[in-house]
Amino acid sequence: MFDLITNGKRLDGRSLEDTRDLEIEIDIIKKADGSAKVKLGNSEVIAGVKVETGAPFEGLENKGALIVTAEVLPIASPYIEPGPPDEETIELARVVDRGIRESQMIDLDKLVLIPGKTVYVIFVDCSIINADGNLFDAASYAVVAALLSTKLPIFEIHDEKVVDTGKKQEPPIRTLPVSITSIRIRNNIIVDPTAEEESCMESRITITTNSNNEYTAIQKGSTGYFTLEQIKFAAQTARVKAETLRTKLKELIK
Amino acid sequence: MDQTILIDENGKRTDGRSSDDLRDIKITIGVLKNADGSASIEFGKNKIMVAVYGPREVHPKHMALPDRCVLRCRYHMSPFSTDTRKNPAPSRREVEISKVMREALEPAIMLEDYPRAAIDVFVEVLQADGGSRCAGIAAASVALADAGVNMKDLVAACAAGKVNDKIVLDINDIEDKEGSADMPVAYLPNLEQITLLQLDGILDESQFNECLEKAIHGCKMVYEIQRKALIEKYFGNDLPEGEEKELEENKEN
Repeated sequence: MFDLITNGKRLDGRSLEDTRDLEIEIDIIKKADGSAKVKLGNSEVIAGVKVETGAPFEGLENKGALIVTAEVLPIASPYIEPGPPDEETIELARVVDRGIRESQMIDLDKLVLIPGKTVYVIFVDCSIINADGNLFDAASYAVVAALLSTKLPIFEIHDEKVVDTGKKQEPPIRTLPVSITSIRIRNNIIVDPTAEEESCMESRITITTNSNNEYTAIQKGSTGYFTLEQIKFAAQTARVKAETLRTKLKELIK
Repeated sequence: MDQTILIDENGKRTDGRSSDDLRDIKITIGVLKNADGSASIEFGKNKIMVAVYGPREVHPKHMALPDRCVLRCRYHMSPFSTDTRKNPAPSRREVEISKVMREALEPAIMLEDYPRAAIDVFVEVLQADGGSRCAGIAAASVALADAGVNMKDLVAACAAGKVNDKIVLDINDIEDKEGSADMPVAYLPNLEQITLLQLDGILDESQFNECLEKAIHGCKMVYEIQRKALIEKYFGNDLPEGEEKELEENKEN
């Protein structure tokens, strides 16, 4: 593998900057308000959206609440055991959540029912069902696709009580965040790693950009380092690669 | 809605700093008797204590690695460290910070020198003021040096961010909450390696580059403070030969 990478090649025949094929299926869970199944190579993720009403977050009283979680299910790999989330899963969930939240994909200002008291609460829960590397991006694409497929129930306030009108609306989408993860193996930057490649990585970086090509979230991970040049290179690559994927996600909006 | 004024017409920030200023930093070494190495840091209003235990035997034993040392790191905030009381149980945020902190420190430590052993780094935030992970990393790396752990470099850390569309160094609590981007960075100044990088908030390409370079510049300033604290602790006023001259030269630069 090291020999191949030094020559700019990879085990699955991709070049160092290629992402794997992305397949997206939406509306696969009818009980959810929105859902998607995403396959990034052999990494598979299902995301479901549930919309409720509740109290706003402290300090963000005049905004709707968006909560993104991620869980690696025991069916996803022989190395996963059931139980409370470990450090890596918590990082995964928080990085995916940060990517969506910081891009301001959903206009949360429009999701307030009684300012300071009752707001829309949107849960996006991701289940990783097959793990083959780069779960950060796979989960992030699943969340974006699930949100795009969401029909928000319209709630109204009658006599200070929340009433579900039974009607639906499109969610207020502002931008499409796209996350691109690269790893460093020796002095090479490799985009969208498989599990096999991740087992050889020294460091990892996940970079999210929005529809205006601006950076909205970054997370460096794993125990190695990056040089300034390597980070700038990864950041540039993330912008370029994100555009292709964003076009694909845009097709979901009808 | 009233917008807090984060940068006034003279370019001064809420605490009177200009865009390139760090907050006041004070590092004290050897503050805990029982620890093998320790340091406390005051980074603006942050008050953080770090204890290093080890290299020592690993418990549970199956965690031990045959060829190198296990580095463990815990970042924890005291219940009284924040505006509203923080639940003392470790939150998901603290678990994530513990992880990225460990990953920021690890590249600097010669883990292969201590096979089958563990080094524990405990970071306790007594008072939080934005940028506590960077302050914690800076103090932890000094505490590791105080414990006599073999290291390739110190780990300096500092954040930069965007406030009112301006890139500023070392974001404080209010700027973190009201500003529009925060980028914490950890850096090994002699090896020129970036070991922690996070971002939340929106930056375009040129702002991103400016922010990253400003944060690295901040790390270099933090490094000088870390280095000075170590020299003072171990050499007092009798600087080792050559150091005095070097310090003078650094000052001139």
